[in-house]
Parts: sequence; structure tokens; C-alpha cells
Amino acid sequence: MTPTEPLIFERSRDGREGHSLPKRNRFDSPPSSLLRQKPARLPEVSEPDVVRHFSRLSQLNFSIDTHFYPLGSCTMKHNPRINEEVARYAGFAHAHPYQPDETIQGALQLMYELEQMLAEISGMDAVTLQPAAGAHGELTGILTIRACHKTRGNPRTTILIPDSAHGTNPASCAMGSYKVVPLKTDREGRLRPEVVKEHMNDDVAALMLTNPSTLGLFESDIRELCEIVHTKGGLVYGDGANMNAILGKCRPGDLGVDLIQYNLHKTFTTPHGGGGPGSGPVAVKKNLEPFLPIPRITQKEEQYVLDYNRPRSIGRVRAFFGNFSMLVRAYTYIREMGPEGLKQVAELAVLNANYLRASLESYYHLPFSERSLHEVVFTDKKQKETGVSTMDIAKRLLDYGFHPPTIYFPLIVIGALMIEPTETESKETLDQFCDAMIAIAREAQENPSLLLKAPHTTPWRRLDEAKAVRQLKLRFEF
Amino acid sequence: MRYLPHTEEEIRSMLQAIGVNTIESLFESIPKRDRLAGPLKLPPPLNEIELRQLLREISRKNAHGEEWASFLGGGAYSHYIPSAASHLIQRGEFLTAYTPYQPEVSQGTLQAIFEFQTMAAEILGMEIANASNYDGSTATAEAVLMALRLNERPKVLIGRSIHPEYRAVIETYLNNQRVQIETIPFGPEGTLDRNFLKRNIDDKTACVVAATPNFFGVVDDVTDVAENAHQHGALLITTTSEPLAFGLFRSPGEMGADIAVAEGQSFGNPVSLGGPSLGLFATLKKHARSVPGRLVGETTDQEGKRGFVLTLSTREQHIRRERATSNICTNVSLCALAATITLSLWGKQGFQKLAQTNYQNALELRERIKKIANLSSPFESTHFNEFVIRLPKVTSGVLKKLQKEKILGGVPLDALYPELENSLLICTTEMNSDDDRDRLVRALENL
Repeated sequence: MTPTEPLIFERSRDGREGHSLPKRNRFDSPPSSLLRQKPARLPEVSEPDVVRHFSRLSQLNFSIDTHFYPLGSCTMKHNPRINEEVARYAGFAHAHPYQPDETIQGALQLMYELEQMLAEISGMDAVTLQPAAGAHGELTGILTIRACHKTRGNPRTTILIPDSAHGTNPASCAMGSYKVVPLKTDREGRLRPEVVKEHMNDDVAALMLTNPSTLGLFESDIRELCEIVHTKGGLVYGDGANMNAILGKCRPGDLGVDLIQYNLHKTFTTPHGGGGPGSGPVAVKKNLEPFLPIPRITQKEEQYVLDYNRPRSIGRVRAFFGNFSMLVRAYTYIREMGPEGLKQVAELAVLNANYLRASLESYYHLPFSERSLHEVVFTDKKQKETGVSTMDIAKRLLDYGFHPPTIYFPLIVIGALMIEPTETESKETLDQFCDAMIAIAREAQENPSLLLKAPHTTPWRRLDEAKAVRQLKLRFEF
Repeated sequence: MRYLPHTEEEIRSMLQAIGVNTIESLFESIPKRDRLAGPLKLPPPLNEIELRQLLREISRKNAHGEEWASFLGGGAYSHYIPSAASHLIQRGEFLTAYTPYQPEVSQGTLQAIFEFQTMAAEILGMEIANASNYDGSTATAEAVLMALRLNERPKVLIGRSIHPEYRAVIETYLNNQRVQIETIPFGPEGTLDRNFLKRNIDDKTACVVAATPNFFGVVDDVTDVAENAHQHGALLITTTSEPLAFGLFRSPGEMGADIAVAEGQSFGNPVSLGGPSLGLFATLKKHARSVPGRLVGETTDQEGKRGFVLTLSTREQHIRRERATSNICTNVSLCALAATITLSLWGKQGFQKLAQTNYQNALELRERIKKIANLSSPFESTHFNEFVIRLPKVTSGVLKKLQKEKILGGVPLDALYPELENSLLICTTEMNSDDDRDRLVRALENL
């Protein structure tokens, strides 16, 4: 394996070409005042240069296809290849957003049916597919909440968010011009009704709640929480990042949640692609439907049509209709799994997480005794005394060939290691991972410096993140 | 279920290790009354053969640019995607990786993003670029938010000639803030109305948002707009849905833009009904700390070897939470990779050549259409890729007629720009053959 790879710009040689593009015989130059003065210094490389360069770069990555990748709250499950194949069918890949409705009936049908399936899975009434990622869905949800309250006469000022929430939650609220009031979870990591009651008043627009939480815990008081909020005229937003744990087992809409966003790339197996594209549809109860972004897909005389005439809509959150090819992938997955298959997904995801928990609980400190669902949070408390921290454990895992869990999150757990194995991992893989974690716990006692200097076997040793900030270099300098 | 590896026996032994008898008991934190009683009302499962048939069938209900002669642009463009690019982005190590939180085992993604940031900055003629935004529309809205962070003033001026859906997204994003949006009309040339701008820009203006090429395909040299904005302490944001134009025309940096955003779908990403696409976001180095979204920076490892990491993350939501520069977490990394590979294959010369080809194709088509009786092209300016044609009758009837000949004739502008009635936005790229263009011209002649 190549330990390093030069930048593509460093492979560049003047005059080398990697393209085979049509040429014009004639070229009538536009006025010279409009012409670019300095050409973009794109690399000059051949096709073999490019293929080798990017193939080598790919080999410098851990991925789901090559490694166990138990990043908590990211739901790194297997990405079925049939999804990739169908998303590339010409009728999907080469359809244009400005085609007349009658020429994209297939795309509209797929989106219409996907909306219905996502509504059913969450127990909601209507869905918009427009948001381009989970956090974008959160923003869409927050703007929907604001529009709803505005119609009632007052947009209100505040949103309540438990301290266990994803950082995107408060950021999304801020983008919707709301103040955030953080709520303390109890010693068991749960949000208590009395805490919500204490903070709930006529200024609170919504409670924003991840359920199951980032601790992997189901908020068992969810019905009561919703009631407290509703009584004071507020709405309950469910962050659906962890929907994988409850597919077919329970539905937020049945419990009083008013709206929720999905992360299709997590729950419904669209590939994460090194950080996207994602897709963040928002599902809402009937009373919120008028506020969803335009256009909406409706049915008229056996035809699917795009409806732009929605006077109460929050407007557009993105050009066109959403990350359509991600929608094709999610649709394909749901159609393959069916109702029983999705339920099994939740069951086995939870089984896997609890198996890891049981296998590791005598070696790593568990901050919460409550049994978790799809993910489990450990800490470095037991290792701390030898000077070894979560970061060191994570880096040592790389030597054993595992991607580390999510670390130092949720922020309320000191030295957190948040493990989400997902349902597509086999018992053997989990056992191997546990063996590595146990070996690391032993090393921490016997030879801590091994961990402090880890990783040892990766092509790069620990990278200096402080230096990257200090000597900011965001591009190649020619 | 083929994605679920568990055997019955393994499930039994795992339950035993946990100390419970059934999977059901793992869900006891969900109160009984809260559990779903019956199965979800979803269609039954399909095997892979049935699945392919079904999806094939649905996809065939769509007309598309591979079988039809399509002259649709307006922010989503059909360009050739090199075969090597389509293959490379499907490598599982790229496709199925996550955000590069562990740099020691994510150098592939990180280095590719660093290369992408360099290319995006080069194309837009700016000093730095981020690791991508969702698309051109959200990138534009984020640019306005960034300008408001840098320049706390109550007013923004937005060109009516920018993509109307981008304008709509900006409005949604700004709807709840105390910011006044004023629209700059376009003049008879299809460019920003400079007189209006001069009358309305003042020291309360945070930024001016201008498009080049704009929604009508008109190349608008906004160098004077930048000067005007800077005189009033305002920032110039340029937005572009077809940055291939910068293979030929002045870049935003050369025109004096402070923030340059664009839709990068043209670079190696299929049209796919408008998504996912790729927001490019570039600016000056001094503004790096105000940039929304992700950034990759160069550094070294313990042994002094060059490597790359996510950087300036204190701007981001996982640290600054409600005080973050944006809520962007997942972006469109794979689309950025597709662009990086495609731009590498095109290279410095290919990028210029392709821009010239696209320019020339549209120029020639426009000249031919203008010669047809009763048709005119209202904006006498330099165009890239697309242009507006005024028809003697309503567009819907004309488009229906073209559809009968398997031609997608253009984007009707009636709903988007009522002042441009009976008008079509026609786009042609290297993907349209001469024969396609002949067919369109003949069909328009026979109206």
C-alpha cells in the first residue's frame, strides 16, 4: 500500500491531457473585456494519472465497505449496491427538474409514495422531501414551527432543548431566530417532565427532542412531555437522527410528537459518501402541512402534479425538489425490506448494541445503568487513572483495524465513547471489536504509553490539529 | 433478510450474554402503550429481481435527456460525465466512508477535499473555498448570512436576474431576521440595472447579490458593481449556476467579489431531477473564520509528514452550538469528489475548451433561432450556454407541440418572470448533437 500520495497538482505536467471532449471548428470569441484574464490552474494530468491518484486516495480511507465503523448517532450500516444501480437508471439520473409534470410521472410517483411510506413509519400525516440533509430538515422544521405560531398570532421566542442534543439542534434554532434554553437531563440521562414543566410557558415555541436520545435511551415519559408542551400551546419537534432504533416498534406521531426529520442516509442506507449527500425529509401532523415548503406533490385525475399554490408555505428551502437520487435509494431500500424487515432492523440494531454493552461493561465505565437501545455510551473513567484518555483509546483502535466510535459526545458525558454497531454487523465482527477493546483496556493498565503514542500502524501518526489552525492552509499554494 | 447477518443460534447466544430471553425485552424502556400494535402499513418486501423490475418500470415513466433532445437548463445542466469519474466515485472506500473525524484513517477523503477546495477557489478566482454546501441556492443564502455576520447592516440588495429559486431560498432563510430585502431589476440588456443600484445602495446595505452568468444566460461583468458596493462598505456576493462559464469569462475574483458562490453540478454530477447537487462557496482568506460549513486544512503528523484535517471547527455547531456560523453538518462530499475527479480529467485546457464549445453552440443556435420569423431574443448581450427567446404565442402550447417530437424545448419563464411573457429559456451544451439543434430549429420554424 502506498503510504502517501502527492496532490493532484503535484502530478501536473504542462500540456498533459486527461479528457476527450468535443471541439468546435469555429470559435467566435466574446468581447475581450469579458474574458478571463488568468486561467484556473486546474491540474494537467492523463486519465491513468487520475485513476491511479484517486484509487490510491480511496485506499487511505476507512469505510463501511472495508471496516467496522461504529460511529454513534451516525448509523453506519451496510449500503446495498442495488440502491446505487437503480439510482443510475437513465430515467432517474438524466431527468431534469424543469421538465413538465407529465414527463416525470415516474419521479413524482416515487416521491409521492416515499412521502406516504415515511409518513406511515413516523406516524405522521404529510412529508416534505426537500431538505438536503438532517440539519437542513431541522431548519425546515423550525421554520415550520415558527410559521405555525405566527399564524396563531405570535411566533414565540424560545425553544427548549435537552443538554444531550446534537449540536445541530441549537444551531438550527438560532438560524430560525429562536433563543435556546438548554434543559438538564437527570442522572439517568433522561428528560424529566417536571423540568419541562418548569421551563414551559407562553414564550416557548417548541420542545426539540431526540428520541431515542444520543445516549441511546428512550424518553419513556414522551407522552407526558408532549402533553405539558401542548397544554401551553407549544409544539414538539422530534429529531429523527436515531429512528433506526424504533422502526416498526413505535411511532413518534402516535406519542404526541408534531414533526420530525429523517436522516435518510442513516436510517435508509443511502451512502454517506465521506460526509454527504444526505437527505432530511420532514414529516408533520396534518395541522402543520400547510406550512411545508413548496412545491408539494399532489394527485389530480390519476396524474401526479406539483402544487405551488400554497399561500401559508414557509417557501423554498432549496432549489428544485430535494436530493432526488438519495430518495430513489431510500425508496428502494424500504421496498426491499417491507414492514417486517424494517422492524427486524430495529430489533437487531438494539440487540447488537446491547451485546456490545454486555461484553464491555466490566472493562469500561458505563455512565448510565439504564439499558440503552441502538447505541451505548462508555467513558474513559476507568482508564483515566493511568493517564489514558478517550482520544488515546480511539487512536489505539485504529491499530486494531477498527474505526473508533464517536468520541467526546454527547457533551454532558465526560470522556464519552459512543458506540453504535447497527444491525448489519455480524456477531463475529462484534466479538473481534470487543476483543480489541478489552485488549486496549489491558494495555491501558500495563503499558499506557502504547496508547498515548497510538496509532502506530496507520500510514499517518497523530495529526497536529492545532497547527492546522495556527498556520491556516486551506488550499494548494502554486 | 440479506442485509442482516444474524443466525437464530447467534441471536440466542447474544441474548444469553446480555441476560435476557427475548429481543422484545430489550425494548422495555418503551412503555407497552407506546408500542406499535400491528405491522407498519407498507408494501410487502421484494426480492432483488422484483426490485430492479419495479424501479426500471418507474424510471421509464420519465422522459430524459438521453433519449429526448433536451434544451433545459435554468440551474441544472446536462454535461458529459467522464466514465473514469463515474467509476472512481463508486469505489466503496469513498462511497461508504463518513465525515473524516479520524484523520489518520481518512486521508483519502481529506486530501480530495483539500484538492476540491483548491479547484473551487481557482475556478471562482478567490483565495479560499469551503468543502461544499448543499447546492447553489443554499450556498447563496449562506453567503448572505455570512455577509450579515461580517457587516451588521439592515439591508440587502438582490438582483432579480439571479436564479429565482435561489432568491426564494434567501427569502426563506431571512424571513425571520430583521433584514430588508430590496430587489434590483434587470435592464433591457438583461443585466443588473446599474442606475437602480446607484440610487438604492447606501451605508445601510450589507451586501449586493449579483449573478453572472445570470438566470437568462447573460454574462454580466459586475466589476463596477463591486466598486460601487465597496465604496458604500457593502460586500459583493456573486452567484452562478453554471460556473463552467469561468473557463472562458472573467471570474468573480477578477470582478472584485468578496464572496463567490455557485452550483457545481455541472462538474461531474448528473442532473438527477436537480439533486443532489453541489454548492461551491469561496471567499477571501481574511474571512475564513466566518465561513459556514466544513473546511479542510493542511498540517503534519507526529513524524512531520504532510497530512490533512478538518479545521477551524470551533466555528461549527458541534462546538459553538447556537453561536455556530451555520448548522451545516452533513454536506455533499461525494458530489465534491465527483467534481474534483472530473475537473482533474478536464484539466486546465479541457475546462477552457469545454467552456468555449458550450459558448459557441449556444451562440450559433441563438443566431439561427433569431432568424426565424416572429421569434426574437430580447437581451442583446453576451450569453453563455443559454438564452431567452420570445415566442409569438403562449409557451405551454409550443412546448406541448415540441414534446410530440421528443424535444424538451426550454424552461417557460411566464410563471417565474411575468414581465417576460411568452418566453422560453433555451440551453444547449456539448450533450446536444447538431442534429438535436437542427430538429429544434425546424420545429420552431413550423410553429
